[in-house]
Amino acid sequence: MFPIPIERRSRAVQITYQSLIPLALIMWLLPLIAVALFSIRPLADFTSGNYWGVPSSFELFTNYSRVFFDSDMPRYMLNSVLITVPTVIGAVALSCMTGFALGIYRFRGNLLIFLMFIAGNFVPFQILMVPVRDLTVSAGLYDTKLGLVLFHIAFQTGFCTLFMRNFIRALPYALIEAARVEGVAEWRIFWFVVLPLMKPAIAALAVLIFTFIWNDYFWAIVLTQGPNAQPVTAGITAFNSQFIAQYHLMSAGSIVAAIPPVAMFFLMQRHFIAGLTLGAVK
Amino acid sequence: MTVSPALFLLPGVLFFAVYVIIPIIQSFYISAFEWNGLGELSEQGEYVGLRNYQELFTDRAFEVSLWNNVKWLVLYLLAIPAGLFIALFLNQTVAGIRIYKSLFFFPFVLSQVVVGLVFSWFYLPREGLLNAIISFFGFEPVNILGDPTLATYGIIAAGLWPQTAYCMILYLTGLNAVDPEQVEAGRLDRAKGWRMLWYVILPQLRPATFIAFVVTIIGALRSFDMISVMTNGGPFGSTRVLSFYMFEKALSEYGFRMGYGSAIAVVLFLIMLVFILYFLWTMVQDERASRN
Amino acid sequence: MSKILTASVVTAAMVAGGASADGLSGTLRIISDMSNPTPRAVITQLAEDFDAMHPDLTVELEVIDREGWKSQIRNALSANPPDVVNWYAANRMAPYVNAGLFMDISDMYANGDLPGLDAVKGALTIDGKQWGVPYSYYQWGIYYREDIFNELGLSEPATFDEEIANCEKIIASGRKCYSIGSKFLWTAGGWFDYLNMRTNGFDFHMQLARGEVPWTDDRVRATFANWRKLIDMGAYIDDHQSYNWQDALPFVVNGEATAYLIGNFAVPHLRSAGMTDAQLDFYQFPQIGDYPMGEDAPTDTFHIPSGAENVEAAKAFLQFVTSAEVQTAINGPEGLGQLPINANSQVAQDEFIVQGFDMLSNNATGGIAQFFDRDFPAEMAALGMEGLQEFMVFPDNLEDILNRLESSRQRIY
Repeated sequence: MFPIPIERRSRAVQITYQSLIPLALIMWLLPLIAVALFSIRPLADFTSGNYWGVPSSFELFTNYSRVFFDSDMPRYMLNSVLITVPTVIGAVALSCMTGFALGIYRFRGNLLIFLMFIAGNFVPFQILMVPVRDLTVSAGLYDTKLGLVLFHIAFQTGFCTLFMRNFIRALPYALIEAARVEGVAEWRIFWFVVLPLMKPAIAALAVLIFTFIWNDYFWAIVLTQGPNAQPVTAGITAFNSQFIAQYHLMSAGSIVAAIPPVAMFFLMQRHFIAGLTLGAVK
Repeated sequence: MTVSPALFLLPGVLFFAVYVIIPIIQSFYISAFEWNGLGELSEQGEYVGLRNYQELFTDRAFEVSLWNNVKWLVLYLLAIPAGLFIALFLNQTVAGIRIYKSLFFFPFVLSQVVVGLVFSWFYLPREGLLNAIISFFGFEPVNILGDPTLATYGIIAAGLWPQTAYCMILYLTGLNAVDPEQVEAGRLDRAKGWRMLWYVILPQLRPATFIAFVVTIIGALRSFDMISVMTNGGPFGSTRVLSFYMFEKALSEYGFRMGYGSAIAVVLFLIMLVFILYFLWTMVQDERASRN
Repeated sequence: MSKILTASVVTAAMVAGGASADGLSGTLRIISDMSNPTPRAVITQLAEDFDAMHPDLTVELEVIDREGWKSQIRNALSANPPDVVNWYAANRMAPYVNAGLFMDISDMYANGDLPGLDAVKGALTIDGKQWGVPYSYYQWGIYYREDIFNELGLSEPATFDEEIANCEKIIASGRKCYSIGSKFLWTAGGWFDYLNMRTNGFDFHMQLARGEVPWTDDRVRATFANWRKLIDMGAYIDDHQSYNWQDALPFVVNGEATAYLIGNFAVPHLRSAGMTDAQLDFYQFPQIGDYPMGEDAPTDTFHIPSGAENVEAAKAFLQFVTSAEVQTAINGPEGLGQLPINANSQVAQDEFIVQGFDMLSNNATGGIAQFFDRDFPAEMAALGMEGLQEFMVFPDNLEDILNRLESSRQRIY
């Protein structure tokens, strides 16, 4: 193991290390801790300039309930869910198929199509913006959740295909050979042989895509415009203009907006990290 | 047998072509027009050839954006050594270390909008914690986002926060897979600290470094959300980057110059293309190597 | 506020001759940018009342962030147009008129559907046609802390020299003279408007707006020289480029700055932050050169997008919001706290509304401007305000700024 395990070091080093970790963590999360502290203060603290002293009262419940009951925040959150979940399903479904095709079959153009998916996944969004907006507008999907979902599915298919194809490549090919020898139809091989083996990949990918899409801001402001369709990342700016200069509420609002992906991460940590670091090890 | 792959590929490829591949080509085409995005390009657009690109050369805002992109590219790469540093710090097996690792990592799952907001409050000249700390130590407070010479660096620093977390997790995974025998062999050779890291560990972390490099470069060139949230390109345009400037020119109230915006997007795309081609080349090499 | 409005709605409904007999049906989609707390309450109430008046009609209201709307309106109008939208009068609506995105509603003015609006028609006219209706306008001017002025023995200045003399005393007392939040640039436009109108007169200001005078003209420099006097003496709060206009209000409330050049829409915000009328007062921007006073009095508007589906209901809604009763109600001190645009409405008996109305009626003989970002063409306004903000932070960059603006002027007009 590198660096040298701390257990093998002197007692003094161990104690220093043990006390250094929480300190480093506090430093690391300082901006976030600051926001969390803001979100439980009353407005009076801000007008009186008491930003960092002891809060004059503890308003966690009041502030957060105002986020939920006095603003469009719940609608934005719901929109985010209704955009994110279909995208995850769509992108994972499409990429299971493309990944299967590119991972199992040998045919001319295989590598080319694969490279196209990877390259497309890396392009700057701005090169797509004008045409995609146009396409969405002319399809009558501007300012709808569906318009965003369709684009997200298409774009995420690039990354998902890269992921799935590499995962399928690592599966034991003999299994598929055996099925073919027995004359099993190709779609049945996909459905009954390969797909069950892909469960961990599907789980990892689903969690990753969930976070990516939940956190999207650029496409949300390009393709949607108001509380009918906008996800919470875009809605938070509208929220902030409703409660302008009221840092306690804005802080509470952004914490609320951040909770779902954070919760997703902590609940599905193993899958999340497995997905994120695929390829980081040989 | 020959039809099957085509059928499996069809939906994915179709979607990807319609929403990604074809739009790239269209953007190149649109960049040769003066068009306000209303009506059909063929009817309302005026063909201007390369005039939009010529205008870029005399556009000071474009020049500022381009320079800021360079700053982003260079400074964002600091996420890689910083991530490695934290990974080495946390690569222990003491009690509770898993929780620590998660907590160090989780800024990455916050949206850039939230990170942007969090840091813009952190930087606030009066209310912000940063200045509270600075003045506690007796220094003059700084208004990072209000100072055109500092604002871009302030945003990059905010961006480095989640990006470092990402690189950290890549390296933690990589370190997990480091061959213990090689490490012990290195120790027998009296390799220690830096030498060990450089000659034994880092070569084994190459795949993690490559991925960290790819995602960091892509992230740097995609920076948009945080600029939009933290400074909206200001003060007086000093924090614009190409991605933001393109959006401003194409979609903001004073903009709607789709052709000019597309020209900016094409420039950004070409910069990115250099990196994309390098990534693809590396991946193909790896693919070949693993097959042999 | 909701009570007043409901009462007036009933009156308006009676005037309209019975609520349900008008045959409006379907859905009326309104996109509004009235996102600040008070305006939000007003538009929400308006939508609810209009909905209640027409049983067969469903009113769908979408309130969009006011700053955000400025970059989204294009999209909204061209992509999925609603039936009614908010915007601004004069040059600011020109791009959408020219692009054919706003509906020509000249017939409503011609048919007498909009009684009492003749005086304000001009601000909504382009190419001899009318493209929308106003719903409110407001004066700009200097809102100041009367109690602090009294404490320091200051009185409302009539000339720029007096203004500066006051400011010196304010600074000596450890305060700043002016609060401003220039993050979204336009507040700096207000300062330029006034300094330029006072230094060179209203007509010159409009020539500059129309692109007929170079930015490098000596008269423009004179305006900036006057501005610089204030900047150099430290009259403005620090770090204003990081604040929006609301962020800058607490400086006035806390007494760290004594005055704020802003529109009357700021008054409800100041009041809800605890300012009483005894603490707060208003004066007209003082005289500099020997010119009749010109004033900024921006008009906020409603328009029907040309792609609207329920035009009939949209027109009825415009009639509703501009009617004398509704105008009196929504512009009252418990509503927007601004000036009604209908000649038959009552101006509320509110200290600031009355002063503003009096100033605009009797002491704005130079002329009435809309505002920097509404009088200058969009692209010039954007670049101009960026330059103004830069000047406020780095006055030494003036030469560079003016040259840049001048080369933009030559390209844009």
